[in-house]
Amino acid sequence: MIYQDSKTLLEVHGLCATVNGIEILKGLDITVKSGEVHAIMGPNGSGKSTFAKVLAGHTAYEVTGGSVLFEGKNLFELAPEERARAGLFLAFQYPIEIPGVANSEFLRLSYNTVQAQHGREELDPLEFDDFVREKMNLLDMNHDFLGRSVNEGFSGGEKKRNEILQMALLAPRLAILDETDSGLDIDALKIVSQGVNQLANKDNAIVLVTHYQRLLNHIVPDFVHVMEAGRIIKTAGKELALELETRGYDWVSAEHQAAMATV
Amino acid sequence: MSTLTSIRRPPASYLEALLTGLPQLPTSSLPWINELRAEAVNRLDVLSLPTRHDEDWRFTDISPLTKRSFTPALSSPYLEAADVARFHIEEATTRLVFVDGIYAPLLSSAASNSGVVVSNLQTVLATHAAVIEAHLGRHAAFSHNVFAALNTALLHDTAVIVVPRKVSLAAPVHMLFIATQKEVINTPRCLVVAETGSTVTVIEDYVMLHQSHWQKEAYFTNAVTEVVLEDNARVNHIRIQSEDSKAFHIANCAVSLGRSSNYQSVSVALGGQISRYNLDVLLAEGAECAVDGLALITDSQIADTHTCIDHTQAHGVSHQLHKCIVGGSAHAVFNGKIMVRKGAQHTDSVQSSRNLLLTSKAHIDTKPQLEIFADDVKCVHGATIGQLDSEEVFYLKSRGLSDSVAHNLLTYAFAAEIIDRIPIASLKRQLEQSVFEQTRSLS
Repeated sequence: MIYQDSKTLLEVHGLCATVNGIEILKGLDITVKSGEVHAIMGPNGSGKSTFAKVLAGHTAYEVTGGSVLFEGKNLFELAPEERARAGLFLAFQYPIEIPGVANSEFLRLSYNTVQAQHGREELDPLEFDDFVREKMNLLDMNHDFLGRSVNEGFSGGEKKRNEILQMALLAPRLAILDETDSGLDIDALKIVSQGVNQLANKDNAIVLVTHYQRLLNHIVPDFVHVMEAGRIIKTAGKELALELETRGYDWVSAEHQAAMATV
Repeated sequence: MSTLTSIRRPPASYLEALLTGLPQLPTSSLPWINELRAEAVNRLDVLSLPTRHDEDWRFTDISPLTKRSFTPALSSPYLEAADVARFHIEEATTRLVFVDGIYAPLLSSAASNSGVVVSNLQTVLATHAAVIEAHLGRHAAFSHNVFAALNTALLHDTAVIVVPRKVSLAAPVHMLFIATQKEVINTPRCLVVAETGSTVTVIEDYVMLHQSHWQKEAYFTNAVTEVVLEDNARVNHIRIQSEDSKAFHIANCAVSLGRSSNYQSVSVALGGQISRYNLDVLLAEGAECAVDGLALITDSQIADTHTCIDHTQAHGVSHQLHKCIVGGSAHAVFNGKIMVRKGAQHTDSVQSSRNLLLTSKAHIDTKPQLEIFADDVKCVHGATIGQLDSEEVFYLKSRGLSDSVAHNLLTYAFAAEIIDRIPIASLKRQLEQSVFEQTRSLS
């Protein structure tokens, strides 16, 4: 939701990034304020996931130009773990399986690390257990997932729920959800969306990276951006998503090229 | 009841020096024990110490061991129960404790009810002569193994566990070998016999107890273990080697599986300057085994594991997962042979060697081997050597965990896959703790 007294959380200017020497992001601009929900859409290979990974600080992506300010601070001066502690959260498109690391232990370590960063109280295993079970209920998650290894043997939908559970625990200022809807059936999509909606408030912001309109029926965006070839080429309100659903991306691309040609 | 004799030979070689270091071995009242020892002494005349020119030792240089001299402990220090309480495993209601190779009855809690034997050789030799004679020294061949021969030549006492037909022991049996003296050679020995249809869990545990004046000095443990599973028996065998980091530990274990028996073993090597574990498993028809191992070493430690799983008859199943985690400039060796004999049709065998290198100076040699002489079998083996997965590290860091915590957690997780297979909760917890501590220092 758009608020009058909102704070700017993320300011991206002219962001360029490469993977293995190939330029994927080519001058991306976006500004995200507190309280807002943004959707980034676009065809495969347009750079949506790369943008998400660059924000989180994945080492395979090299930033070659532009700037990113997170709450006014240069994001690139922070290591990935410092970004997480500062309140930036990426829900992974493909959450990693980590055999041998108990989910409960991982969640608690992560939660306590972020708590400590903010000078808040850390929880011992028993206290945390109560706390995390409550959060799991929001996502209709089976408590058995606590005793299993991180994401190991989880179905696609279970992995995505586990991502949103982490978001619920860490309560980030800015959450980037990278194709969280993929792999979810209708019921799971509803539950996950409800969970995300409950976490959204006027102090935080959510960026949804998605292919499909259907997620946006459940999490209603304030802005819809279309990405193509490493740039955002169109930004509009939530109605744009519906239009994309019926008309595809080609017309946006054509409109953009026409606009560029007249410049 | 026994007279004393000595082995009178000039200490011409290293081995002889070790032998003559033990001045007097009591002659057993049972001739076969004397014969067994004599046979081993004779083999020592023929055998020589291995060097890296021997195929079986080509990755492991034991000259730091053979450069030093060791003497058998003539007595062990008096220990209070409280001194060793921290080594206790709460689930184990029976315990055999040997201090510097010498049986400590006051620290032990033996059992001999309903035909179950949990005791030492000297106590039960007279009452259980038949079963002991049938197995002691009959499985761990020493004719070509100098360290097994040395142990047998010095054979005096043994941890003995006999589980009678169809008896199932719910609580694990703990065999605890405590080293307390430097420059000493310990020759621990275990004999486990699970009779037809019986079930037992045994823990073979090597630890050191620091004396207050002890400045990390070397000692030498040279162990031999024999495990016999008669038809349809089940044995869980957990082996923990946490010797001093300056110690030398060489162990030979021979396991013989009867028809449709089931052997599950987890061995963990944490200590030792140089450690070597030879495990030979012989499977009869329809026998199944799971043989898992973990070596977690750092600094300049060497941990060498040689296993041979020998399918002699049809319908055998063997699963093996061996993991090494190597930090510092340490060196881990794994040589795992799976043998499938001509008659061993329908053998199902999976072997996997997975290794984690934590530093650029760490070193791993792994050699999984299949030798198959039957034509209708399912055998798979493989080996991987790697570093921590950077995607996993990134995932953890993206949740706020520091680089070192992420590395520690993932290293620990790599080890936990093996530790989790130990069916004893308190031991698992304790090992998880010590592995967690050790991985913290490694990363």
